[in-house]
Amino acid sequence: MYDATHLFEPEVMTEEEKLARFTERIENGEKIEADDWMPAFYRDTLIKLISMHGISEIMGALPEKEWVPKAPSLRRKLGIMAKVQDEMGHGQLLLRVVEDLMKPYEKTRGDLMDDLFTGRLKFHNVFHMPTRTWADAGTIGWLVDGAAIITQTNMLGASYGPYARALQRICAEEVFHAQHGESIIMALAEGTPEQKAMIQESLDEWWESLLMFFGPATKETTGTSKQDITIAYKIRTKTNEELRQNFFTKYVPRIQSLGLVIPDPTLRFDEESGQWIYAQPDWSEFKKIIQGGGPRSKERLALRRTSYQNNAWVREALAETMA
Amino acid sequence: MTEQERTALAALLYQLADDDFLYAFRGSEWLGLAPHIEEDVASSSIAQDSMGHAAMYYQLLEELGEGKADALAHVRLAHERKNSILVERVNGPGYYMETPEYDWAYAVVRNYCYTLAKKIRIDALKNSSYAPLAVAAVKINMELYYHLLHWQTWFTQLYQATPTARQKMDAALEQVLADFGDMFDYGEHGDVIEEMRLIEGQGILLDRWYQTLTPTLVELDVTLPEMRMSSNGRNGEHSADLNDALSTLGEVYLIDQSAVW
Repeated sequence: MYDATHLFEPEVMTEEEKLARFTERIENGEKIEADDWMPAFYRDTLIKLISMHGISEIMGALPEKEWVPKAPSLRRKLGIMAKVQDEMGHGQLLLRVVEDLMKPYEKTRGDLMDDLFTGRLKFHNVFHMPTRTWADAGTIGWLVDGAAIITQTNMLGASYGPYARALQRICAEEVFHAQHGESIIMALAEGTPEQKAMIQESLDEWWESLLMFFGPATKETTGTSKQDITIAYKIRTKTNEELRQNFFTKYVPRIQSLGLVIPDPTLRFDEESGQWIYAQPDWSEFKKIIQGGGPRSKERLALRRTSYQNNAWVREALAETMA
Repeated sequence: MTEQERTALAALLYQLADDDFLYAFRGSEWLGLAPHIEEDVASSSIAQDSMGHAAMYYQLLEELGEGKADALAHVRLAHERKNSILVERVNGPGYYMETPEYDWAYAVVRNYCYTLAKKIRIDALKNSSYAPLAVAAVKINMELYYHLLHWQTWFTQLYQATPTARQKMDAALEQVLADFGDMFDYGEHGDVIEEMRLIEGQGILLDRWYQTLTPTLVELDVTLPEMRMSSNGRNGEHSADLNDALSTLGEVYLIDQSAVW
């Protein structure tokens, strides 16, 4: 029989044929792997998405780290240490995925760090916020990680294989983090009036940030959004708004059952449309935050930059021993 | 057990518990600031293990009737602490949340010298006459193998790298040895601790530490600076660094000691 496989070898195909074949693979639900041919816009979208995710895990360790030594018992100290270590591990896993994607551009992790310091590489809005009390450490675990589980499970079936596989592990660990956070919050909720006040204040402080975490509903809100392209190429399935609605459905009853008041008097579930009605967060503030204008953006970046500069001699030393 | 023996046993357990508690704290201050992300993952795992070891020792003290483990860890004042001076020293200038100017060479040398001392103590404690301590030592020993391997690798690698690295390592070694004098000291209850065979004599362990370290130093052509005792932490004599560390470690717990956190 005539062997036609060579016709599908990327090197003998035109760009149009490659793209058509790639699109067909995506539509068939096949996984794209690191060495497979992929169009530049797909690669670029992945680099942007995964580097932002990875660097957010790393920058996200900083606000929680503030509470690691202060955790109020040996058990809580061990819990939060394990949790923050996991987050750094996720960061590492994701940066490895991005490093493979950046290879054709001859870019490395050092370039990503430079992008972070110059503001080209953004990180999640929530990690620009201050953590003022121990309750904030609980809120991050319970609700921020809870929100992250919702956005990340949305990409578990991502068309890019290495990202999908990294997410499998990350999501499994995030479930433990949410339990860790919930356990902190439950202890406070069952505690003294001061402890209860601490979680209410924390919720008041974090609510808008939690809504912003899912991103704007449409690109008209903030001027840009990658959600259309990521859905078309099966990197994700649901829109930002669908994810935010899922968050309400999952967490509004839980928050209220603890006797906490959600700081939005307009929040309600509309039976007719099957949607939660809620007050929009200030999207201009969101834009300002992710561009590095959040309450703790400069300090967190400075912390990262200082340590990067202080350790330059170590990287040089390692390069020497590896040579 | 006589009252005197019980006091001596508690004194040793406080030394072990406070050492790992402070060591884990200093490690956790590095979180997010290590030279690369892989190292952040590894060293935060070591800090976490060490906090677990501290928790085991505080638990042994609780079982001995010294009070609740959490209170022992969080409430005791600096002059009541029995940790070595080395573990209470700051990582460098600056608070961990604002512009910390930490020195990785100091971290590597401190962690290596401390972990080697800990390994030697743990090996000795496996034969402790106090059975619960011997059981704890066996558990701790399993994790310690990796900690020691990790810091030994860094120690050797940095010493063999650039002239800058070697210079920084030398300075760090000088600094570490200047505080190392109380590491194997058992403090004022030392005689009873040794008589009870809770652990081998301090002189034996110190010799063993030198002997284990020597081949590495010879290979790297490093002369060990003079070991000094800046003050004896085992008797509750501490530097101001410890006060600051304790206020951070107890900040939330001390808001309300009777609350459940």
